[in-house]
Amino acid sequence: MFRLYKSGWRDIYASIKKYELAGIFGWQDIRQRYRRSALGPFWLTISMGILIGALGLIFGTIFAAPTKEFLPFLTIGLTLWTLITTSLNEGCMGFTASEAMIKQIALPLFIHILRVLWRNLIIFGHNLVIYPIVMLAFLKPIKLTALLAIPGVILLIINLSWITLILGVLCARFRDVPQIVSNLLQVFFYLTPIIWMPQLLPKRASFFFLDANPFFHLIEIVRAPLLGVPSDALNWQFSVLFALTGWCVTLPFYGRFRSRIAYWI
Amino acid sequence: MAHISLQNVFVDFPIYDATTGRSLKKQLMQAATGGLMGSNERGCIVVRALKDISLDLKEGNRLGLVGHNGAGKSTLLRVIAGIYEPTQGIVNIEGKVTSLIDLSLGMDASATGIENIFLRGALLGFNRRWLTTKIKDIVDFAGIGNFIKMPLRTYSTGMQMRLAFSIATLQQPEILLMDEWLTVGDADFQEKAQIRLNEIVRNTSILVIATHSPNLVQKTCNKTIKLVRGELAEQLD
Repeated sequence: MFRLYKSGWRDIYASIKKYELAGIFGWQDIRQRYRRSALGPFWLTISMGILIGALGLIFGTIFAAPTKEFLPFLTIGLTLWTLITTSLNEGCMGFTASEAMIKQIALPLFIHILRVLWRNLIIFGHNLVIYPIVMLAFLKPIKLTALLAIPGVILLIINLSWITLILGVLCARFRDVPQIVSNLLQVFFYLTPIIWMPQLLPKRASFFFLDANPFFHLIEIVRAPLLGVPSDALNWQFSVLFALTGWCVTLPFYGRFRSRIAYWI
Repeated sequence: MAHISLQNVFVDFPIYDATTGRSLKKQLMQAATGGLMGSNERGCIVVRALKDISLDLKEGNRLGLVGHNGAGKSTLLRVIAGIYEPTQGIVNIEGKVTSLIDLSLGMDASATGIENIFLRGALLGFNRRWLTTKIKDIVDFAGIGNFIKMPLRTYSTGMQMRLAFSIATLQQPEILLMDEWLTVGDADFQEKAQIRLNEIVRNTSILVIATHSPNLVQKTCNKTIKLVRGELAEQLD
């Protein structure tokens, strides 16, 4: 067991040391997608802005939520959800899409996952531009507590990285896992308070939709500080615990199957 | 001190396709149906690419790998490169392995020549700052000129290969892996390239080259291994 931990950790440590490589190829992915378009990745910001506007109008009306509260809530939630869902979906392809590289050059394999995460973080950065604009539009002050969102994002990434790694390994072996994952994520999009506010829930239901939903906690540790509302200690406790147990399971799992990835893809 | 040692190395490729359980659904179904359906599908098909290979290479060794298509030459190169960890057996490699097999790995047609230098250089493990000082050398050697600022897709195939070659041969490798001898570009460039390649091959500590050419083996190698269906059929020193 200890041997598996060590073998998993060795690859991850070597990958982190080569972060520059993941960085340069992550950027390259973005450049490749938006080369020769005048606005580049800001097209994402624009389409995200339009989506937020449309969803804000529809669901703000349906749920009779005050726009001033609902729109900032929706903006941050949707930006975070996009980060989560594209990281996990693309993470499924993390190893299979890098087949050519994996089969030609011996690199620590977690690099390919880091590349996916980095690429999505860059996109997240572009989408995040909408947040101050929305806050300004409703004359809502950004409080100093918003800084708490930084450790929040870091904790989110630590969690995303172990989930993405496990999914990447599973998807290299079983080719229908990506479909399962994208279906589940679609369900979670509606289960998690992103386009609806948690206050709307009857007390009884809140355990299933909130407390037992990891995505709720992971979103809340970033969203609450950015909205300037006090965050619940439970969200932080859950996220830390989720990261710790997640990595404790992922390390030996990865240590066991890492060397098989080149054979599977 | 560069050193390559393989002891009783086996490489088995599991072959998964729609009928032998690449799908999670199938595996779950098998568990549910309790062996009945599994009995004919359970045994996963395996292709044995390398069987019981042992070899020991020290500084100064130039190994030629010969054998038919599918004999396991490329797989053996990948085992030495550290890409495939063997299914059985022990591999011990000391020294930095450089492969001149896929010269343009990581290059991007939509990116400019300069950007590609950094992409390719990063994969080869070159330091970014050091690479910046080498740009002029690369451009001059490849004879790319002002095209270096243009996207790679505007290059002719020969130009692309010249650029790829110039980057890949920038540093002296310790252990060098090749799949056939490299010939790149037009007559003028070939001459330049051969001089550089010869020098690299001469100075490399260990060379492993897969080839179909007896001439090449005779000229460059001081050791030969013949693979037949993944087995070591002949070893000459």
